[in-house]
Amino acid sequence: MANLVIEREVLIEAPVLVVWHTITEPDQMSQWFADRVELVVEPGAHGYMGFGDQGGPVVVETVDPPTRFSFRWNHPRGEEPVTGNSMLVEFTLTPEGDERTLLRVTESGHELLAWPEAEKERYTGEHQGGWAEYLERLSDVLAKRQSV
Amino acid sequence: MTAPTDDALWSAIADPSRRLVLDLLVSTGDVSASWLAGRVPFSRQAVSKHLVVLQQVGLISRRKQGREVLYQIETDRLDEATRTMAALAARWDRRLTSIKRLAEAAHAGAQKKRRP
Repeated sequence: MANLVIEREVLIEAPVLVVWHTITEPDQMSQWFADRVELVVEPGAHGYMGFGDQGGPVVVETVDPPTRFSFRWNHPRGEEPVTGNSMLVEFTLTPEGDERTLLRVTESGHELLAWPEAEKERYTGEHQGGWAEYLERLSDVLAKRQSV
Repeated sequence: MTAPTDDALWSAIADPSRRLVLDLLVSTGDVSASWLAGRVPFSRQAVSKHLVVLQQVGLISRRKQGREVLYQIETDRLDEATRTMAALAARWDRRLTSIKRLAEAAHAGAQKKRRP
């Protein structure tokens, strides 16, 4: 999880099992994710996500109910998605009491995954906020500099 | 020049040393590789390598001034990268909001059934 591209989280007023079903059942997934979801939620299962007339293959990676679910996508058609040619989407569910769940999602990928461990740790330590925040900060600094 | 892929761009930005170089360029403007080398905890050769990578993805550019080569940020490219990242993050925010709505509705529905 060190190699963040995007990290987002939300607190949900529902038990962890309810959230788990929402993110892993294909008929539920089609309500928040893709228009068309063809997926068996089992490790290694190949599926398809359609967005309008676009879409692509998805491969399930981790299924650890009710706390971890991950899949790879955005890999070249016809290739097996592996570290280095795909994006990894990971959901982590943390129960906060019986009626509340913290849901975190990270989308990471590509070159970052091939980094040496030490480098990844350094990166996480220094840039906990993720890439979006980093870039926003750079742009802010630049805007201030230019307005002077 | 063809636009470099986003992957190359992200990996260019992901390296902590390159971020440091990028940070310095953003906060100071036109500077030379030697000037940068005096402010980072790595060698002049490493600075040059990082500058090449950043230039390849279009985040910085170089120009000659007298006998010196100066580097500067390519604002448009940086803005574009920022917008792309913000859009990706916003997309996940929207998805998470939908998940929250669906899960909370399902939970409320189940509770109603249990205690009419």
